[in-house]
Amino acid sequence: MDSDGLGDGGRARLSRRRLLSAGALLGAAPLGVGAEAIRGSGPPWTPNTAAYPQAADTGHRYDFFTGPEAAFVEAAAERMIPKDELGPGAVEAGVPIFIDRQLAGDFGKAASWYMQGPWAAGEKTQGYQSRYTPAQMYRAAIAGIDKATQRASNATFARLGGDDQDAFLKRLASGDQQLDGVDAKSYFKLLLQNVMEGFFSDPIYGGNRDMAGWKLIGFPGARYDLTAYVTQHGKPFPLPPVGITGRPAWTRS
Amino acid sequence: MPQAPKVDALIVGFGWTGAILAQELTDAGLNVLAVERGDWVDTATDFATTFAQDELRYYWRKELFQRPAHETLTVRNNVAETALPMRQLGSFLPGVGVGGAGVHWNGQTWRFLPSDFVARSHNIERYGKAAVPDDMTIQDWGVSYQELEPYYDKFEYLCGVSGKAGNLNGAIQPGGDPFEGPRSREYPNPPLEMPYAPTLFAQAATSLGHHPFPHPASNLSRAYTNPLGVQMGPCTYCGFCEKYGCGNYSKSSAQTTILPVLMRKPNFTLKTNCEALKLNLAPDGKSVSSVTLADANGQTYDQPAELVILSAYVLHNVRLLLLSGVGKPYDPKTGEGIIGKNYAYQITSSVRFTFDDKILNPFIGAGALGMMMNDYNGDNFDHTGLGFIGGGYIGVLQTGARPIETLFDPGDLTAWGADWKKKTARDYLKTFFIATHGAVMSHRGNYLDLDPTYRDVFGRPLMRMTFDYTDNEHRMSDYLTDRAVEIAHAMNPREVKPKYRKGSWDVVPYQTTHNTGGAIMGTDPKSSALNKYLQMWDVPNLFVMGSTAFPQQPGYNPTGTVAALAYHAAEAIKSQYLKAPGQPLVQA
Repeated sequence: MDSDGLGDGGRARLSRRRLLSAGALLGAAPLGVGAEAIRGSGPPWTPNTAAYPQAADTGHRYDFFTGPEAAFVEAAAERMIPKDELGPGAVEAGVPIFIDRQLAGDFGKAASWYMQGPWAAGEKTQGYQSRYTPAQMYRAAIAGIDKATQRASNATFARLGGDDQDAFLKRLASGDQQLDGVDAKSYFKLLLQNVMEGFFSDPIYGGNRDMAGWKLIGFPGARYDLTAYVTQHGKPFPLPPVGITGRPAWTRS
Repeated sequence: MPQAPKVDALIVGFGWTGAILAQELTDAGLNVLAVERGDWVDTATDFATTFAQDELRYYWRKELFQRPAHETLTVRNNVAETALPMRQLGSFLPGVGVGGAGVHWNGQTWRFLPSDFVARSHNIERYGKAAVPDDMTIQDWGVSYQELEPYYDKFEYLCGVSGKAGNLNGAIQPGGDPFEGPRSREYPNPPLEMPYAPTLFAQAATSLGHHPFPHPASNLSRAYTNPLGVQMGPCTYCGFCEKYGCGNYSKSSAQTTILPVLMRKPNFTLKTNCEALKLNLAPDGKSVSSVTLADANGQTYDQPAELVILSAYVLHNVRLLLLSGVGKPYDPKTGEGIIGKNYAYQITSSVRFTFDDKILNPFIGAGALGMMMNDYNGDNFDHTGLGFIGGGYIGVLQTGARPIETLFDPGDLTAWGADWKKKTARDYLKTFFIATHGAVMSHRGNYLDLDPTYRDVFGRPLMRMTFDYTDNEHRMSDYLTDRAVEIAHAMNPREVKPKYRKGSWDVVPYQTTHNTGGAIMGTDPKSSALNKYLQMWDVPNLFVMGSTAFPQQPGYNPTGTVAALAYHAAEAIKSQYLKAPGQPLVQA
């Protein structure tokens, strides 16, 4: 798992920078040693530094979720995007695995967010003001959700019937259902975003398995050149979707 | 503090305007140092066409943008609220690294209207004094469209803009924008090919008597060599332009138009991972003697310079002035002071339309691909009795319907479930949007200052943004949206669903990265920070680039005007300032 989220390309770039800095510290330049100074040599280019994406390892079950947490996420994601006659639902498309890998990495840690206090609830127009990182919010919210359904129905969310699950999710979305210790609506918004991300992002991140999400809507994926189709007004796009690493038909029969 | 050897010119921030000024000032023979706090970014390597089409990584995980963990700002709608930090990006997306936000922009390359530059006097003259209420602090720019025309032209030829002129030296041209100011020559490249949705929009708009035309695009419609000798290639309509980088040399950026020439010059040095912390004034307060820089190891040192160009993103320019005590901070209670005054933004809305029978293939796209109309922009229409001034453009901009962004709306938590899935599968290929993109007039209560509580990684105060839309913006945006609804119905879709911009400005949903103002230009030092050459009135060896200088925000995307103002400033520095360094170019 790529825990720092840099990808090998990012790491190569970082170590290149550190090397340059280290050399300078040995006495090459007195000032601005950590900065890369470029002069007169043209745009710098170094081989093998392309910041290519890092694929999620989908060869095992969960890195982040506990068993009960995984049961909730699988059940809730499948209600949001259910399997039907049109094709796979969220679980078959790998959405829970996608969310798990995201929460175990930079996103789960809120690595790029401003997370300094002081903290206040603020106005709705001021956006996310929770102290929780996404990973912490999932942990707290799922515990709160199972507690709430246990209290009301004597069962965890995953063991409720589909209609009851839908009704509960709608109450989270509307703010009618409160949770202990976490803002229910904030969590629902995060969960819905992550489910959509998992169903429609490139399969390299573990969701959208076999491009199920893209096939559902007719999105052709990571295609480089659509020029020939711009003025084909009203005509269906003739090619199947393709991901960053190709498509299954390229490697499997 | 250690001191580096003095340079002729120090450029702070290395995006579009930093690269333009560096190119021009090195041509004039100056020894130029540019500092950029982010990484070196090379479009062909970093956004290779084999993996650039990655919605999760670049948009949802925001890899190309400023990281709030490093620096953010605090936001509130009015002075009665306590500002809180923007903890994650939303409403706007400042860039980071070489090329700045010019790496992930759409390439929408507009000129403002001649009347936009005299917004205050023009509106009072046409509609009377009451048209501009006391709290609406709009101003004339101190520079005219005619003065900027050669520099708009220069930028358009640098970028290889694809478009169709509507007004050549006063003669209206069929197929172009009849409302635009006169231009001295045709665009360097023809318009992009037009997909179905913008074509249907143009037919409907024309049937209602409007004047649609192809969006001027810094996305190349054919191979092009710009006046610096830099070559670009035709756009492939991949649909990953807006909020993404282009590794195909098809979207204009500093990297694809200037840097291949600039980076070879022996009198130019670029330092990346090097952040400007403070401008240091000379003892008499009348010039900047040096800038305090921090390198990636956290070591700080002073970089002296004869001439200092601030060319960071608009918000960072203003913050650096406030942190450095350069200029008098604006006070909304008294209306006194100037730095932070007249912060403005953009107001947008959309109208969704869905067909039963027309496949639009909305995933095809380029950043500035579309058909637009300016019938309701600026003062192109009679505002008598409407209760607002200003306007905006209306059009179908097909940037590519990336699925997560198209199907997930953080403001609509009902879009999921069995019915949603069926509807989405049925409608995705047959749905698109008309966009409206409107002006924001400056207002006494909308401003920037330093936050009293929150700090960045260096321990310095964050900037605080106090901003909300006023009645003028809401009335104007509703009026534009109503027109867009009429056009949508004229296309005869199954369903038309408008999304008006209601209520207070909200930091969460993405709107536009068109923040403006805070160190505005004008005709006198009492009401402005900068003269018409973007030179600081009180500190003549300091020039401040960017939309920082806009006294208010017209209804167009800002980059074309940002670049034209930069070239206009560069020309004045080369032809006038360097003959008498340290002197004001305009007498107060």
